[in-house]
Order: sequence, then C-alpha cells, then structure tokens
Amino acid sequence: MEAFVIALTIFVLAIFVGFEIITKVPPTLHTPLMSGSNAISGITIIGALISAGTKLTLLTTILGVAAVAFATINVVGGFLVTHRMLKMFKRD
Amino acid sequence: MRESIINFAYLISAIFFIFGIKGLTHPRTAVKGNLRGAIGMFIAIVVTLFNQHIISYEMIIIGIVIGGTIGAIFAVRVQMTGMPEMVALFNGFGGIASLLVAGAALIEAVSNNASHLQMLVATVASGIIGSVTFWGSLVAWAKLQGVMTGNAILLPGRHFINILLVAAAVVVGVMVVMNPSDFHYYWIIVAIASVLGIMAVIPIGGADMPVVISLLNSYSGLAAAATGFVLSNNSLIITGSLVGASGIILTMIMCKAMNRSLAHVLFGVLEAAEGSATADEVYAGKVTSTSGEEIAMLFDGAQRVVIVPGYGMAVSQAQHAVRDLANLLESKDINVEYAVHPVAGRMPGHMNVLLAEANVPYEKLIEMDTINPTMEQCDVAIVVGANDVVNPVARTDPNSPIAGMPIIDVDKARTVVVVKRSLSPGFAGIPNPLFAADNALMFFNDGKQAFVDMIEAIKENE
Repeated sequence: MEAFVIALTIFVLAIFVGFEIITKVPPTLHTPLMSGSNAISGITIIGALISAGTKLTLLTTILGVAAVAFATINVVGGFLVTHRMLKMFKRD
Repeated sequence: MRESIINFAYLISAIFFIFGIKGLTHPRTAVKGNLRGAIGMFIAIVVTLFNQHIISYEMIIIGIVIGGTIGAIFAVRVQMTGMPEMVALFNGFGGIASLLVAGAALIEAVSNNASHLQMLVATVASGIIGSVTFWGSLVAWAKLQGVMTGNAILLPGRHFINILLVAAAVVVGVMVVMNPSDFHYYWIIVAIASVLGIMAVIPIGGADMPVVISLLNSYSGLAAAATGFVLSNNSLIITGSLVGASGIILTMIMCKAMNRSLAHVLFGVLEAAEGSATADEVYAGKVTSTSGEEIAMLFDGAQRVVIVPGYGMAVSQAQHAVRDLANLLESKDINVEYAVHPVAGRMPGHMNVLLAEANVPYEKLIEMDTINPTMEQCDVAIVVGANDVVNPVARTDPNSPIAGMPIIDVDKARTVVVVKRSLSPGFAGIPNPLFAADNALMFFNDGKQAFVDMIEAIKENE
C-alpha cells in the first residue's frame, strides 16, 4: 500500500510538472510536440526489454519482443521524424 | 546497489525528458529539446540492459533491429502530407507496447507469486488504456488514410453499447484482480477494450481529428504511466504522465479553437438547428464565380494578400503551388501572409508542417488572433480548401452548430477569392454565406490547379 501511495505521489506531481512546463505552445510546434512526445512515450521499452530478456516462458518472451519492436518504432521513428520536421522549420 | 544505480540513471533520463518536452514548446529550443529527449531515452535503454533479470540479449536485439528498421524507414520516407497518419499510427504503437508489457508482467508476477493489488489493478488499467489507444488510433489512421470513410459513423444505440463495454471491462477487471493466475482474463479485457477503442473513434468525423489525435497522444502516455504502476517503475510513471499532460494540453487548445467541449467532440453530433438557412436560400443567384485571369487582374492593384489554407490544400497537395504564387506576388512587391486556423487540417499544426515543407518561412504564418484585427487592410484574401473556419455564421447565428467558434475574418477583406471544387458544405454541414457575399468570388477548381492557373494568368499579363 505504501509503495502505491509513493507511486501515486510521483504520478500526480509529474502531471503537474507537465502542465507547468508546457505553457504556450505556438501552432508551428503542435505537430513536432506530438511526434516528439510520441517518441518519449516509447519509454515503455524499458519494461519490454526486461520481459524480452528474462526468458521466463515462451509467451512472455514473445510478448516482450513484440513490445520491444513496437516501442522501438516509436522511439526511433518519433525522434527522427521530429528532427526532420524541426530542421525544415529552421531552414529559414 | 546495482538497482540503486539503475534507478538513479532513470531519474537522470526523466530530467532529460522534462527539459526535452519543455524545449519542444519553444521554436528556438525545439531541436535541442528533441535531442535531449533522445539522450534521455538512450540513457534509459542502456541502463535497463544492465538489469539483473536479463539473461539473454538475442531476443532484445531482434526486437530492436525490427522496430528500429521500421521506425527509421517511416521517419525518412514519410511525406509531410502523411504526417497525420504517421502520428496516429505511432500513438497506437505506444498503446500496444504498453499493453503487451503489462500482459507479460502479469504472467511473470503470477509465476513468481509476486502479484499484489496495486500491480493487478494497474495491469487492468494498462490493458484497457493500451487497447483503446491502439484500436482507436488504427481507426483514426484508417479514416485519415481513406481506408474507411472519414465521415462520422453513428451506430444506433452506440452510447448504450459503450456503457455495456465499459461495464464488461470493469467486471472482467475485477476477475483479474481476484484470480490473477487465470491470466487469460487479461486478454478478454484487451479484447473488450479493443472494441471500445473502435467504437469510441468511428463516430468522430474527419474535421474533429485534431482533437482525437491529441487525445490519443495523451492516452499513449497514460498507458505508459499505468505500465509504470504495474512494474513499480518511476521512470515510466514520470515520463508517461508528462506525455499524458502534453496531449491533454493540445486537446484543450484544439477544443478551444472550435468552441466545443471535449465531451461534445467525443459524444455529440453536429446538427444544423431547425430554421437555419438552407443552401438554396443562401446561395441562389448570389454566387459570383471567377477565373484565373480575373484574379490576376485583382492582384494588379493589391498591396497585401492573405492566404487562408484548409484541409483541401492538403488533399490537393497544393502547398508548393501556393508558395509559387506567393513568391511571384512578392516579386511584384505585394506583401503575402498566411492565416492559419488552429484546427485547419487533420492534426494540430497540420498547415504549418505542410507550408514549412514548401519552404514558406514560418514568420509568414500568422496566428488567427493576430491577423484578424488586420483583415480590413487586406486587399485580397485567398481561401484554399477551408470552409467552416471562415464561415461568418459562427459570429452571427447563435443557433448554428459552429456558433461561437473563432473564425478567420476573411469576409472583412476587400475581396475574398475562395478556391473550392463546389459549393458543398464543410464538416459542420451548413451553407457558408461567405460564398454569396458581395466581396466574394468563387474559383471552382482543384486547389493545386487553381494556383497554377493564377500563376499562368499573372505571367501572361506581364
């Protein structure tokens, strides 16, 4: 129970941090903010890596590898495409 | 000790993510912000590989190579016109990755006899949010891609069906918590929530996509946060909630730009009120159509031209032709600006990305609130593929479905040229009196072709 309260505290505080740091987003950055935060939500990969590498059962390994693949698409694709887009904005 | 070092590294990566997202919200720091995010992710992945439970790396390498290749191909190949589809798809991938991790963690916890209440409840939450995100995003993708109709699909009794689905998911969720060893119940939840995700997005029409994509963006973060509760991993919780917050902020910006509540976008239906003017009453005998040659003559005496792009510009891929016309006008000392409505297009910032691709400097893209007070000093406003976001009814008719929606005041310009294929209504399904206004000229044409015609006509006049 105590662990849950600590986790919940972190969750609530992090949401507040999110709301505070993202003040005014200019429309030019709406899409890059989405694709960039998309890449960041690929953080699930760290759970996926553990499932894929623990080799507990065949099923958990398959689930883990699939999760690693999906999360990596997000991470690699998200950061790269955001970079590409932002470079386009910067060129001027 | 090893675990403490790993957790400390996660804290550092979380700090990188916070500064990364913060950087992404300001034009000057955006590139750095994105790089900071990537560094944070790199740190998190590398230290995770030192986790003592990991006994073999070949499966990890297989997953990373497959995902990395697909991700890189997507990122390099995607056209800017395809960005809404890509973002929709990636939201979904975040959701499914989270639900798969939660499923695997459930099996592991049961076999180690380590399941506990927080973990089980979080697993259920992760399964539900992850499936809704994945399937909802796939439907959004299919609508954007044109695989299925972009219109709202309204099933009879859909609210009732959705309530049943939510109730079923909760009941099965309780069964997971009571009987964790029967982990196939988890997959039943995933199946129920998948249907719910599909049901949630099919009634939403194309023009509301900016709201839905932002919301699904937020869900993909919340799914990661829920998985953080499953694994008791603070890094996932912090990072997931940051993404969740960022998605919610974008969702609120989009709703505000349409003067609609989130609940109305998700569950409401846009309907023309009784007694509103019909298309015949609005248009009959009052619409003036024009040609490239006539518009070219308009530009002769003009000093300031404002271009108002909408989804139609994206559909006809007109952004390069639009830019060419702007360059030509600028070479004749005419000032050209772009007025961008926040919900123009199919995702937040859609028009900005398209015009940036066509090399339009971003200081020429003017926000609605800035440009509106200056519209009276505009000689020619060119609306390309936009409809509801320039409909003056939003200001004048309180019973209209778009009443109170902020619009770009093109009707105040000296002359308005509307490039559009026909007089068909926009997403709100109502006629637009702008098209019949005295100062409005309709150029019935494909978006791209219209601009090519204008450019040719100007060059012939020289």
